[in-house]
Amino acid sequence: MGGRDAKMVLLDENGVRCDGRKIDETRRIMIKAGGLKNADGSAYIEFGDNKILVGVFGPRDVHPKHMSNTDTGILRVRYHMEPFSVDERKRPAPSRREIEISKVIKEALEPAVMLEKFPRTAVDVFIEVLQADGGTRCAALTAASVALADAGIPMRDMVAAVASGKVADTIILDVNNEEDQAGQADMPVGYMPSLEKITLLQLDGVLTPEEYEKCVQVGVDGCKQVYELQKKALKDKYFGNGGD
Amino acid sequence: MDNKRKYVIPGDVITTGPFRPEQNVILEGEKIISTTIGISEIYEDTVRVITLTGKYIPKIDDLVIGKINSHTSLSWELDINSCYVGFLPAQDVFGRDFSAHADELATKLKTGDLVAARIANFDRTRDPLVTISDRDLGTIDSGDLVKISPSKVPRLIGKRGSMIQMIEMATNAAVTIGQNGWVVVSCETPEGLLKAKKAIEMVDQKAHVANLTDQIKEMLEIKDDET
Repeated sequence: MGGRDAKMVLLDENGVRCDGRKIDETRRIMIKAGGLKNADGSAYIEFGDNKILVGVFGPRDVHPKHMSNTDTGILRVRYHMEPFSVDERKRPAPSRREIEISKVIKEALEPAVMLEKFPRTAVDVFIEVLQADGGTRCAALTAASVALADAGIPMRDMVAAVASGKVADTIILDVNNEEDQAGQADMPVGYMPSLEKITLLQLDGVLTPEEYEKCVQVGVDGCKQVYELQKKALKDKYFGNGGD
Repeated sequence: MDNKRKYVIPGDVITTGPFRPEQNVILEGEKIISTTIGISEIYEDTVRVITLTGKYIPKIDDLVIGKINSHTSLSWELDINSCYVGFLPAQDVFGRDFSAHADELATKLKTGDLVAARIANFDRTRDPLVTISDRDLGTIDSGDLVKISPSKVPRLIGKRGSMIQMIEMATNAAVTIGQNGWVVVSCETPEGLLKAKKAIEMVDQKAHVANLTDQIKEMLEIKDDET
């Protein structure tokens, strides 16, 4: 989104970014599976300064009934940002952006979730962004996938997600808020590591075909790192530390 | 090495090669992939995963404990702790000469009653049909209901019923286990009842622990000495 803040140095001559990371380094990621007693499955993620809580319900009865499908279950996702999650109070009603992200996350999870096993039911995913700092959709997708696994919904694979992008003519991994605002491109990538399939790919900005290829590759490599943490979160919850 | 049990999560490749995929696994090309969190097992030429989480999905011939939710003039609806409601037709209770005019369903089973039922029929297209006309089935009029996670039911039963037999022997309680995770415990002495309930809850919480049988044994015996 064409450098708005000319003063900020997004990438210095040593290849160090504005928050001190290297170009292929993610922010600090912490994932915890479980935690919500009343949800069937839940997860909490801290992705840099993003803090997101996800609760999953289901499979359960579909209300309203006309939404149910006799061939398969349906997935419903609600992505919601708390009023206090951003600098200036966000109005709590669903915005255009939240509705879009809900749809995008739903479609990124659908290839993984085996809903055809539960005809006439619904699986509900509720995503609450407690604190936002760029890249919430990727963090939310990562956490939603852990929460679905925690709920015991059969899945072909986990979905890991991270954004790659371009700042100062360099392809970087895990775009933060400043880089998103002032950088040249932002590309969220959702990936199923075992099946080696991409489930989410968006691009905001302009890339050459070569840069595009590289950006996807950087994103996929990042997703593999995130996947290891998802794995660890689930194994910690279910098998203690001895699990492997 | 392949025979070893492994802890798996969705997407983990359990093995590759000519194996038959069974419960909770899918075959993706050559790879056999787990679809749930659990413990993978390879038996001869079959691969399966014993799940550690998830809701109860009805299976034909399962014994379940259900709670009467409501009734129409022809059938009852049962909450069977699943995403589907159990459907109990009136003929099953009143016999074949049931008449919707003459017979009142509420006289036999009231809303809130607990029943031991068997899944008579279930497929993707309809809600599970349950029956209570069989030996050991029917209304449950005494005992306490304990709710555990349906995925832990096999652990509570144990190998050839070893775990549940141990609990029953030690506490003199009668335990009816529904495959849907609802368990009814009845016992003549209140101490035995409490102890049995505690043991069942302990199995639910510590299902993944390797020496659970010993821990339960210890818990039951320690209490034995106290009383």
